Amino acid sequence: MKLATRLHALARGRSAVIGLPYLWLFAFFLLPFLVVLKISVSEMETVHFKDLITFKDGTLQFAIQLRNYLFIAEDDLYFKTYLSSLKYSAIATGLCLFFGYPFAYFMARARPTVQPALLLLVMLPFWTSLLLRVYAWKGLLSDHGWAHTLITGLGLDHGLVALGLIASPGQLLNSPFSLVLGMSYTYLPFMVLPLYANLAKMDLRLLEAAADLGATAWVAFWKVTVPLSKAGIIAGSMLVFIPCVGELVIPELLGGPQTLMIGRVMWDEMFSNNDWPMASAVAVVMVLLIIVPLALFSKYQAEAQEARR
Amino acid sequence: MNGLNKWFGRGWLSACYLFLYLPIAALVIYSFNDSPIPNLWRGFTLQWYTQLPEDRELLAGFWLSIKIAFFTACGSVVLGTLAAFALVKYRRFPGRTLFSGMVSAPLVMPEVIIGLSLLLTLVSVQRMVGVPERGMLTIWMGHMLLGLAYATVVIQARLRDLNPQLEEAAMDLGARPWQVFTLVTLPMIAQSLLSAWLLTFTLSLDDVVLSAFLSGPGATTMPQVIFSRARLGLSPSINAVATLVVLVVAIAVAFASWLIARHERERQREMAEAYRS
Repeated sequence: MKLATRLHALARGRSAVIGLPYLWLFAFFLLPFLVVLKISVSEMETVHFKDLITFKDGTLQFAIQLRNYLFIAEDDLYFKTYLSSLKYSAIATGLCLFFGYPFAYFMARARPTVQPALLLLVMLPFWTSLLLRVYAWKGLLSDHGWAHTLITGLGLDHGLVALGLIASPGQLLNSPFSLVLGMSYTYLPFMVLPLYANLAKMDLRLLEAAADLGATAWVAFWKVTVPLSKAGIIAGSMLVFIPCVGELVIPELLGGPQTLMIGRVMWDEMFSNNDWPMASAVAVVMVLLIIVPLALFSKYQAEAQEARR
Repeated sequence: MNGLNKWFGRGWLSACYLFLYLPIAALVIYSFNDSPIPNLWRGFTLQWYTQLPEDRELLAGFWLSIKIAFFTACGSVVLGTLAAFALVKYRRFPGRTLFSGMVSAPLVMPEVIIGLSLLLTLVSVQRMVGVPERGMLTIWMGHMLLGLAYATVVIQARLRDLNPQLEEAAMDLGARPWQVFTLVTLPMIAQSLLSAWLLTFTLSLDDVVLSAFLSGPGATTMPQVIFSRARLGLSPSINAVATLVVLVVAIAVAFASWLIARHERERQREMAEAYRS
């Protein structure tokens, strides 16, 4: 009887509203992470993993293996892969910020009547398939592609060779260049949208005040607008940087053999080498790498929410 | 804004929009290209479209993707509404910080990590109890995680803007909580539910990484088919599929924004009338 009334109470109202999504997320999000953590310190046996803790002959036995982590720390390849993942993601984030900031700025300062249309035009590519848009770049950058013709026609490919982004002139595809281009292209809306949201609600009287106090437009931009949009810059950069680090599709389609990305290495450990503990360890280290920016991001998000109230 | 600044702004915006739409335009134009090499224009044709219905692998993947996307969108909107409601209406409950963290984490967590963790959990559960087999159901579970996060963000934004006095007024007039929700809250957030549904539908329809981790033999989604072909090189059939996808999305977004605009006009008219009387 008591159980029945309890179940009844649970089925309605507050507990169900909170409980259902809570349980779902717990079972499908948090628990799987603990499983990965466990497997990353396990030893692979023929079919099963060794139990972590066993009670045998009256003694407790621990079989926690840090072998995988030691291997990651010692092996040059993993270190290089993490480093180049971070490097290419940072370059893509920088490019998105460089092109996206003026983009969002001019959008926010456009006539209010055209702003919804401009916003919709930024969202529209986000709704169409990422996979297909990345694939499109494969065509644009290969021989006879539009971007290929434009870049080689202007002689820009020699500059890219000098920067070390492509191996030889005219060889645009499967290079660090195509990888970084693909990532910047894909995640540009992720930079523009938070920046736009931030810049559109800025109090323009502050700029008038700056002008009254004798600041030129340029000085006012750097001393007033940019500092005020700090939260937007951080949010946008995190939204670009973090998914780039773990990206699998773009390196697979546009990255070449010399562009090491951690998502791809993890995939290979999992499906080519069938080394699940190793793949798990690579994933755990990846989570640790992005948890710091993630924590920063949620801190700023919370602050922005507080400010809105 | 002075003249130079204005022209610079227009130029920058146009260049950025050109950059965003160039690949999509290329996909569409070259889908009509009568050449097996998709990059070299040879003449107009519809052959890549007429060949699509015969493409068994792609067609099977398409129906599977549609089914999964439909169930993902429905499930995400239901759970997302609950989660958004919990986050907006209940300021304090045990584990609220963990809850809000878990809701938004899938938005930024790389998909490879989510995919790997779900797969390893699935395999562990499978070894203990024998179910579930990898296939449509497990792909749906993975997509639900992403869908739930996106749906919650969209619905939460709308719920936060609602005037709580309307719900309080309904309660004062004797409505029970469930009635308040269905008669007052739900109609007001209906629009955000629609956009959340459409967004999660397209997300699921597009996802390749989670599907790759969670699919079993015999369950291959359309993006997986496209991805495996795109890895091998350029193929005109992908251009044709892409064009159809772009067309459908453009129609859906145009329809949705027309609905929203109409709704907004009606609301403003009603408000103007209310003020006049």
